[in-house]
Amino acid sequence: MGTKAFWLATTAAVLIVFAASRLVTNDYVFFAGYVVLQYVVLATAWNILGGYAGYINFGTSGFVGIGAYSTVVLHKLVGPPIPVLILVGGIVSGAIGLGMGYLTLRLRGVYFGIATLAMAIVVQTLVTNWDFVGGSRGVYIIRPAHVPFIGGYIQYLFLVMLVLAAVAVAAARTIERSVFGFGLAAIRDDEQAAEVSGVPTLRLKLIAISVSCGLMGMAGAPLPYYVTYLDPASAFNLGYTANTIAMPLIGGTASWVGPVIGAIGLATIQQVSTVTISSALNLLIVGVLLLICVVVAPNGIVGLVRGKRRRAGRGG
Amino acid sequence: MEVSLDLLLNAVVSGVLLGGFYAAVSVGMAISFGMLDIGNIAHPAFIILGSFTAYILNERCGVDPIVAGIIVLPFFFLLGAGIYQVYHLAFERRGETAFIGLAFFFGILFIAEVGLILVFGVDYRFVDAPYIGPSLHLGFVDLPLRMLVPCLVSLVLIGLLQLFISRTFIGRAIHAVSQDAGALQLMGVRPSRVKLYAFSLSIATAALAGSCLIIIQPVEPSLGRDYIGRVFAVVVMGGMGSLSGMLIAAMALGIVESITATFYGPSWSPAVAFGFLLLTLAFRPAGIMGR
Repeated sequence: MGTKAFWLATTAAVLIVFAASRLVTNDYVFFAGYVVLQYVVLATAWNILGGYAGYINFGTSGFVGIGAYSTVVLHKLVGPPIPVLILVGGIVSGAIGLGMGYLTLRLRGVYFGIATLAMAIVVQTLVTNWDFVGGSRGVYIIRPAHVPFIGGYIQYLFLVMLVLAAVAVAAARTIERSVFGFGLAAIRDDEQAAEVSGVPTLRLKLIAISVSCGLMGMAGAPLPYYVTYLDPASAFNLGYTANTIAMPLIGGTASWVGPVIGAIGLATIQQVSTVTISSALNLLIVGVLLLICVVVAPNGIVGLVRGKRRRAGRGG
Repeated sequence: MEVSLDLLLNAVVSGVLLGGFYAAVSVGMAISFGMLDIGNIAHPAFIILGSFTAYILNERCGVDPIVAGIIVLPFFFLLGAGIYQVYHLAFERRGETAFIGLAFFFGILFIAEVGLILVFGVDYRFVDAPYIGPSLHLGFVDLPLRMLVPCLVSLVLIGLLQLFISRTFIGRAIHAVSQDAGALQLMGVRPSRVKLYAFSLSIATAALAGSCLIIIQPVEPSLGRDYIGRVFAVVVMGGMGSLSGMLIAAMALGIVESITATFYGPSWSPAVAFGFLLLTLAFRPAGIMGR
């Protein structure tokens, strides 16, 4: 797909989804659609570091929570509109990601992975003990019932997340095809060789983690307005981490299409099964899917299909 | 802030006891991550599993939690063996790095936690034992038996493991595989065989560590998360794979956490471990005892 075609297609997709949503009268569709789009952003963001550079981030829940709680703080202090909140959530989250990366990305990937997981849990503990944002009791956010020109507030949030998803996918695609993206791919394939060939590996990794974590924070920023009652256990839910690793792995990590396919597929299945089966069982299914994917097809379903085709081609 | 001497002394003593317990929690990861380079972030989840088996045996049959830990130890060994087989076939044999293996263990951690929540719910569970409650008093220092017993169990466990690794053939083989698996292969030993034993052993320690945990505090399924940062900090600070270094690091963490909890409130103690971890990674990635 050419660049022009991609932009046309993305804009068309946003407009079509938006137009279609005007015809829907059932609010539940927006609630479910918001979650699916949120996972498109998260999976795409994760893939910028995890898929392109090969550094697995286990801190998604932490960055989502940081974005959400920066919104809570701002909401209590000033109460700015959602786009500002998203921007601030992204900056705070990206800055923390950058700091984490600076300390751990110089070491082996395993250290980075474990440190991100530990970070997510520690931030949750700190927020739980922070009374200003409600502590473990949680916090209520009162949102307006309607937004002018758009309608119900949930429809507005859906629209915001739709635009954010388009931005994230466009960013991922741009990175993938830039010199920056080639540098990340070189790091993934052989970091030492990349370093020797003059790729500034640490700098590229730091840019990637800032963008990736920033987008995660942006996805988390509208969360308090979506749930209207936020507590640390739900903002820092480890399910975010499991889902955002599982989705790109299922869809394929090599290009921007994989996380989008994985996120839309898995999140839709989850939305349906949460209603029809149960939400705890549903998390178990994600865990099992993740495990199967990692063991059987570490390059995702796209990678599995490609590998099969390549092998078949070689044989014949 | 006024620092009174007996408060400080009590904080240090309870920190030592806490550190002893942290050593039991970390020893499994010191073997799997430190010696075998297997990033088993699910280790705390196995510890919680150990706590719950101790809880069931204590609740249903009235077995002492420590004894319960020893009873289920062989089963944990077998569980570890099974997990290592999958890990080996899926990652090590394909030559995948330890990194994608982390995602595998994250999946196990997640499944274990969600599974325990489905079975037991999110309630806190606790055990009954005669040593939960009373304390020894030495002058103005209090020694709660609830902390002392796990600390002693931990020290015995680590002593036995140290003897095993330094004195027996298979123990030395484990040491060898951590230093140079290729050379071991040239000596006619299959590294995967040795790693199988070592990894199973590391999971087996989780049974006892779980018993210790549920003696110290009530346990719920997602409690294990709090220990991921601590365990990792202790293992890295201890210089990866050195049991004595790990013990010193665990004691240091216990003491600092206990002092922080005494003077600034217990809510900050998880941040202490994380701060330790980041500082170690930033300045001494080879550990405080590292070469």
